[in-house]
Amino acid sequence: MRQKVNYVMGLVDLQQDSPLLGELTKRRTIASIPFAGRYRIIDFALSSMVNSGIRDVGILLPEKSRPILDHLRSGKDWDLARHHKGLAYLPPAQAEIGKRDGDIKNYYANLDFIEASLSDYVLLARADSVYNMDFNPILRFHQNTGADITMVVSPAAHDDPYRGIVVKMAANGLVEDIFVKPSLKKGDMRALGVYLSRKSDFCAGVRETYEHGGSDFRVDMVMKAFESKKIYAYEHKGFSRRICSMLAYYETNIAMLDPDIWYEMFMQEGRPIFTKAKDTAPVRYKESPRVVNSLVANGCEIAGTVENSVLFRGVKVEPGAVVRDSVIMQGSVIQEDARVRCVVCDKNVIISSGKSIEGAPTYPVFVGKNVRI
Amino acid sequence: MKINCLAMILAGGQGSRLGPLTKNIAKPAVPFGGKYRIIDFPLSNCAHSGIERVGVLTQYRPFALHNYVGNGNAWDLDGRTGGVYILPPYASAHGADWYKGTADAIYQNLNFIEMSDPNYVLILSGDHIYTMDYSKMLDSHRRNKADATIAVIEVPWGEASRFGIMETDDDGRITKFVEKPKEPKSNLASMGIYIFSTAYLKRFLEEDAKDEMSEHDFGKNIIPEMLAERGRLFSYPFEGYWKDVGTIESLWQANMDFLAKRPPIDIGGEWRISSANQPVPPHYIGANAKVAQSIVNEGSMVFGAVEHSIISMGVRVDEGARVTDSVILPHAYIGAGAVVDHAIIGSRSVVSAGARVVGREDAIAVTGDGEEVLPETDERRQVG
Repeated sequence: MRQKVNYVMGLVDLQQDSPLLGELTKRRTIASIPFAGRYRIIDFALSSMVNSGIRDVGILLPEKSRPILDHLRSGKDWDLARHHKGLAYLPPAQAEIGKRDGDIKNYYANLDFIEASLSDYVLLARADSVYNMDFNPILRFHQNTGADITMVVSPAAHDDPYRGIVVKMAANGLVEDIFVKPSLKKGDMRALGVYLSRKSDFCAGVRETYEHGGSDFRVDMVMKAFESKKIYAYEHKGFSRRICSMLAYYETNIAMLDPDIWYEMFMQEGRPIFTKAKDTAPVRYKESPRVVNSLVANGCEIAGTVENSVLFRGVKVEPGAVVRDSVIMQGSVIQEDARVRCVVCDKNVIISSGKSIEGAPTYPVFVGKNVRI
Repeated sequence: MKINCLAMILAGGQGSRLGPLTKNIAKPAVPFGGKYRIIDFPLSNCAHSGIERVGVLTQYRPFALHNYVGNGNAWDLDGRTGGVYILPPYASAHGADWYKGTADAIYQNLNFIEMSDPNYVLILSGDHIYTMDYSKMLDSHRRNKADATIAVIEVPWGEASRFGIMETDDDGRITKFVEKPKEPKSNLASMGIYIFSTAYLKRFLEEDAKDEMSEHDFGKNIIPEMLAERGRLFSYPFEGYWKDVGTIESLWQANMDFLAKRPPIDIGGEWRISSANQPVPPHYIGANAKVAQSIVNEGSMVFGAVEHSIISMGVRVDEGARVTDSVILPHAYIGAGAVVDHAIIGSRSVVSAGARVVGREDAIAVTGDGEEVLPETDERRQVG
């Protein structure tokens, strides 16, 4: 099926607001938040595209683009550094487009690039979700249903305080209603931020929406199209989570400790999640550490206790230190006899000897980048 | 385009003393340290030493090695004008030949050397674990106005008769070279790392090629010939960790060396060893697992007990299994309740539930690549 998706181009949209992620997104977008020990959120959308055979990907850059440029570089680690097609960076709309909120202006500003592609279809993915998806069945579904727009949905895993698009759909996937909810209830069929349409339809829709004063792709284009066009929803049955709040970020990391989910996300034959390659040495376990039910990335040195936690690259857990139910990002150090529980540490945090920090499973404590406690 | 120094890595050896581990792959491609392959060490050393063009001479079972080295990108050796060149034996108008020895392998690639037109040629082997700044050795070669420089390391006197031993004068000039002497008069062992001034090397290689009695070997033929002609051959003393991993026991021991409290090489430090990265996630340590004094790489899952051992990528150790003092190579599977002690478990090997692979420090047990060990198969001992 690889060659089939060859005529689909990918657009990865990184321009998302994220009020509930607080300090996690102070200097980065959701797409560049570190996740599961060695990844960034964008890796999931981008790897799913590459594994589905998409070879032509435009990255719609946010204002805070440095972390993402440093991460993706030439696209080589995703096999997207190519003489033909490959990765293209699409900068945010310039001044001549005028000040307007929303994402449509950025699609509009890059219409020339999209139209110049030889692809027949556009697959738009907002890089704010964690999934490992094969887009080929979605293309077949789209072609079989004769949809104008196919959107990927999945039932919300839990109540979610962040607004989202929710659909009501018929058994065959036809969307019967579509609405914005200020907060989601568990089980709501919410949009995963993946939209597939013919390139010509996509471009015409963007042009028309923008030129009629629209600003938001989902509200002004997709929901408006609902009145006159056929929108189908494709339910993704595998694991998926939107990273829309600190709690969702924390819980989704912890969810990776389920070996079945770990396997589904990362170990399926032919469906790896790619990320920026780094030459980090394997993990060193010292004399008598206690490590259970945890994900540990390379470069870590573990002498203390680690339980039910996700440790990113180069984390040190010194003797007597205890890390429980926590997410510890790259380069952080938990010094001797320090204790953390239900904590999210950003990069290069130091928890000094003997200090203790505790959050709750429903309200993890966040420690900002480079903070020393 | 003229370059200063061209490195040639001799990576064609079978490594027959590694037994089942090199049944399907050449020795330099043998996995090491949980994440690396032996050839990562010379390649990373080249990259850090500023050597931008590297020929990799292959012969025995080269596919895995070719595939692994690729275009040299993992070591930043894929520049537009430099990079890695894989040099297997080839056929020419005069016929086709295998590489008949280390010197012959270089001789057959003289046209590659001429194309690169280097001032110096650095000869390396693909079977040692060490870090070394070759640029310092090159400085020493130039300072001495040497024809050839040979890196040497002091070995324990008791082991000297296993090595090529160098006798030197006070300036470090080599006066005598004896391959595996019965009664060594020096404990300076050749590390198999040579720098030659190109024209000088070429002359000796061409003469050696005409000599039908020659074994076409650097240690046995080329170096003695150079000494016989009173060439300016100098030693370059190296201090630090250097381990030949040509046998099962030495390969096992070198792996164990990295489990020490202070590992002999800071493998992820400034002089970091690079390797071709695989897209695999952080490893997972299960709810009833126990891991101590060990190195564990990405992409593995540990549900059992692992002590003083090395777990490579993609390995799975099931619940109740015990792995002690062992090296588990990539994608091997250790079944529930299995016992692995003083062993090297080959890539993609399967140690079935309840099976035992138990060796001794002086007789490390080995399973070959993809081999399956069943519980009935009692203690296996295979001496390397």
